[in-house]
Amino acid sequence: MANDVWVYIEHKDGGIAPLSFELLGIGKTMANDLGSNVCAFVIGENVGDIAKEAFFYGASKVFVVEGEVFKGFRSEAYAKATTFLLDKYKPEVALFRATTQGTDVAAASAAQLGFGLCTDSIDLKVDGGQIKMTRAAFGGNYSVTVVNEKAKPQIVTVRPKAFAMPEKDTSKSGEVVKESFSVAEGDLNTKVLEFIKSAVAINLVEADIIVSGGRGLGSEDGFKIIKELADMLGAAVGASRAAVDSGWISQEQQVGQTGKTVKPKIYIACGISGAIQHLAGMRTADCIVAINKDPEAPIFKNATYGIVGDYKQVVPKLVEKFKIKLNK
Amino acid sequence: MKIVVCIKQVPDTEAEIKWDIPKGVLKRDSIDTITNPFDEFALEEALLTRENHDGDIVAISMGPEKANDVLRNALALTVNEVYRLTDDAFAGSDTFGTASVLAAGIKKIGDADIIFCGKQSTDGSTGVVGAEIASILGYSPLTYVSKIRQIDAANKKIIVERVIEGGTEVVEAKLPAIVSVIKGINEPRLPNLMGIRKAAKVAIPEWNAGDLGVDKGKVGTAGSSTKVVEIAVPPPRGAGEILKGEIEDVANIVTDKLIDMKVIK
Ligand SMILES: Cc1cc2nc3c(=O)[nH]c(=O)nc-3n(C[C@H](O)[C@H](O)[C@H](O)COP(=O)(O)OP(=O)(O)OC[C@H]3O[C@@H](n4cnc5c(N)ncnc54)[C@H](O)[C@@H]3O)c2cc1C
Ligand SMILES: Cc1cc2nc3c(=O)[nH]c(=O)nc-3n(C[C@H](O)[C@H](O)[C@H](O)COP(=O)(O)OP(=O)(O)OC[C@H]3O[C@@H](n4cnc5c(N)ncnc54)[C@H](O)[C@@H]3O)c2cc1C
Repeated sequence: MANDVWVYIEHKDGGIAPLSFELLGIGKTMANDLGSNVCAFVIGENVGDIAKEAFFYGASKVFVVEGEVFKGFRSEAYAKATTFLLDKYKPEVALFRATTQGTDVAAASAAQLGFGLCTDSIDLKVDGGQIKMTRAAFGGNYSVTVVNEKAKPQIVTVRPKAFAMPEKDTSKSGEVVKESFSVAEGDLNTKVLEFIKSAVAINLVEADIIVSGGRGLGSEDGFKIIKELADMLGAAVGASRAAVDSGWISQEQQVGQTGKTVKPKIYIACGISGAIQHLAGMRTADCIVAINKDPEAPIFKNATYGIVGDYKQVVPKLVEKFKIKLNK
Repeated sequence: MKIVVCIKQVPDTEAEIKWDIPKGVLKRDSIDTITNPFDEFALEEALLTRENHDGDIVAISMGPEKANDVLRNALALTVNEVYRLTDDAFAGSDTFGTASVLAAGIKKIGDADIIFCGKQSTDGSTGVVGAEIASILGYSPLTYVSKIRQIDAANKKIIVERVIEGGTEVVEAKLPAIVSVIKGINEPRLPNLMGIRKAAKVAIPEWNAGDLGVDKGKVGTAGSSTKVVEIAVPPPRGAGEILKGEIEDVANIVTDKLIDMKVIK
């Protein structure tokens, strides 16, 4: 019990983000190495179904804090409940996704418990009983391994998609532990007035495939060509800072050091030179395809497949081929 | 209104990074440094807030003597006061240590209504210091802020937009609040020559652990729970394959390879 691995399950307004359960896989591996169990914890209003689903992905026990004050997502309230649970059960480690929600809750709870945390891990290992966490620093030019010696539980946020999503097994079930904990509305400083859903269909951070465009697209119209390929592949559209700063696409789509860090299986970079600040956000993609008319562009040193050419010819050609091969 | 802005000095992105490997810390004195790019947005937002609501801006930075450069830049941009939080005991602080020192600085300044900081730094890049300060001080945590819609100084309220996964959240909060800003919230201005000249002459006040009432055992290398144990250059991504030939053939090869990955549905 004392050296269990706990996983924070993300959800919002009762909707489960598709990847909420992804950390149960690496959690299970770590628990095996520590000789313990992987448990999930869920905070919210009416989260019974979410708790049940955590068992399908490998949780052996699920801890639940429910109440009206936890309706929607409110970082302050969720952090207080998290602090309560972690302080009461003192697991060895608590894993959060390095999303806006996961980061806010993890940071606030770590501070309430009085110690540092490890953020945006891309690799996690149990080495001789000690948890080693590896992350990128300085725009991905260095990888840094961090340990958290004095804290218990050790709080870690993990880059989305850094580890494979565990298999779903709907025959699994387990014990749900309901905890009574509440926060008075008056003790909360913040209130969500409204949520404006993004017009962007696929979230970059969750996407398996991203088609990105840079200054090489030449204009806003270039993104229409990119989008056609993205739609065909069910991919998200990304961009370099140069494209965002040119006003061709929204800030929300920027990949890189001052944009989003992504880890798709396939990243197709069109008209992007491959500056270190851009690479910082995408160099850990499983497969990088670069389309650039300059054979010397630095992106080619990082690309799995490089195509030297004008994106205006290459991208429509790819669309044409995929259309035939995928029967679309 | 009293506005505080937290500014970090970071290595220039292009600079060569030097490490003290045994200690797992940066050798900050030997590299070119700049203001953390996100903190430029924080500073600009502080200036805009003062323009709209009056008040004073106090900029603080925790760091060695070189951090005076980023505070001078803030002075050149006309912030009213600056303090450098510095003590040998602060060196090697983890995020909690850093947030504790900054929180002590904010408390010492007193009566702050809004504390601006950046979403993250470009060196440590943990992106949690803002949320940690809020948690330590019990102030409203407003992270990933893309827009300030309204500040009601009299009633101590603020309404902001936060960009989170899936969309934008509009949040109302009590002041004091910690507002950590993202790129795009504004267009930072540059200091003018006169401002730079004036700032160059200012002696920058320092606050040490004693001034701040910070327990030395709880910050710095001594107090930090996290420790960097290894620093490596990540292995280069395989050499990569440049596909040459007719566009028709190249497109055929690439689409086959991508379809073989079984990711595309
Ligand atoms: C502190 C800091 C933070 C930064 N953060 C980020 C960040 O988060 N994300 C980011 O992306 N950048 C960031 N940058 C900017 C970064 O340094 C680069 O300036 C930027 O990534 C360049 O964008 P680009 O590759 O689209 O443009 P360019 O470097 O101009 O490259 C355009 C490329 O397109 C090619 N091209 C031109 N026409 C065609 C065509 N018809 N077909 C095919 N190829 C063509 C060219 O050969 C060239 O290689 C940051 C910079 C700083 C200083
Ligand atoms: C390579 C590397 C890896 C690290 N990994 C970890 C880790 O995993 N866990 C951990 O606890 N610590 C870690 N640290 C230490 C951490 O970077 C320091 O605690 C640092 O002082 C604050 O964290 P940050 O730069 O990541 O801040 P961020 O949270 O990314 O910065 C957010 C904002 O806080 C404000 N701010 C931050 N620092 C200061 C400052 N000194 N003065 C004024 N304002 C400031 C700025 O407004 C900034 O925009 C690491 C450091 C390095 C160099």
